[in-house]
Amino acid sequence: MSNHYDPTKDISPSAAYPEVSFQHPHSDDKAFKKKVAKTTWLLSLITVVELGIGFFIYYLHKGEPPYFFILLLKGIVCILTLAKAYYIVAVFMHLGDEIKNFVMTIVVPLLLFIWFIIAFLHDGNAFKNARNEFDKHHEEMTTNPQKNPAPVIKHEEVKGEGAGHH
Amino acid sequence: MAQEATVNTHRTKWWSGGKSPFNLEYGKVMMWYFLMSDAFTFGAFLIAYGTARFSSNSWPDPNDVFNAVPFMGHANLPLVFVSIMTFILIISSVTMVLAVHAGHNRDKAGVQKWLIWTIIGGLAFLGCQAWEWTHLYHAGAWWGLNPFANANGTAANTAFTNFFFTITGFHGFHVFSGLIINVVMLLMTRANVFERKGHYLMIEKAGLYWHFVDLVWVFVFMAFYLI
Repeated sequence: MSNHYDPTKDISPSAAYPEVSFQHPHSDDKAFKKKVAKTTWLLSLITVVELGIGFFIYYLHKGEPPYFFILLLKGIVCILTLAKAYYIVAVFMHLGDEIKNFVMTIVVPLLLFIWFIIAFLHDGNAFKNARNEFDKHHEEMTTNPQKNPAPVIKHEEVKGEGAGHH
Repeated sequence: MAQEATVNTHRTKWWSGGKSPFNLEYGKVMMWYFLMSDAFTFGAFLIAYGTARFSSNSWPDPNDVFNAVPFMGHANLPLVFVSIMTFILIISSVTMVLAVHAGHNRDKAGVQKWLIWTIIGGLAFLGCQAWEWTHLYHAGAWWGLNPFANANGTAANTAFTNFFFTITGFHGFHVFSGLIINVVMLLMTRANVFERKGHYLMIEKAGLYWHFVDLVWVFVFMAFYLI
């Protein structure tokens, strides 16, 4: 190939990779800086909302098995995290600016995670239920603090370690 | 020669040669595929953590484990320190974006300035992580040692601490290697390597890696501290 890339040559950006004609569309300095600033605020805002929900869960939820509202709050946190991931990948990593063929080669394999998460969490849950049914000793030891109390910690810097004791 | 002519008549937009099918340079494509494979590694770790948690009747409450902040003594401050760490990493990601952008403009001074800020952010994050690990170690937590009770008051097994140190350790190793890459980029910029090449596309690949480190932390933060 006559236009084969020769990295030893002293070259300008467009000549560096003759097969690459694509330019990132943020040559406009001001618009780009504005987009970065906007994304930074958005990521910070989402993080603050996540922390707010985290504190809310902390004050609502003390040791008992999680009930529906707690699981709902945790689900919202997961969705907000995915939103943050989207902005990091699409704006900071510029994946949103690449051509669709390429984006698909990254995103489509990652869709396996949908199956991966559902299958494994379901399996963990099924294992727990089966074990509780057939191993009553295990169930008692992991649900009854009188039967299996947590050891008392001597390190005094571990504050709040006994928050689960009621 | 006849064969070549046939090929030319079937020339399509991206796939017939002379152009990158993805309109990207080779190194950037390969960095993306490496990061995708790394995403599967981290995903496998975090899903294993979730599976262990779903298979347990009770689990330590992260708010009771991660409640210490440097210089704050024994004050009960859940989520505070990890929020600081999260913001440090977000900001260092932003400075990296600006370094890459300065590279597009062939602004050598700008690249150096923003790379230095990114390196400082990375060092700050690693310092925070070192403090947290030390604090937990002194509290009696390590691989195979879990001093923290389950949320329902029963004694916990060591799955919680094993997963915590393995996953945050693996992430910290990525931060460390990203830091080394950024230092190398800074030295190469100072030595005019990219000026001589005529482009700063290498900074872009280092930037992708650094953003990925931030991206993974977003999920580690969620899985270990928030839910």
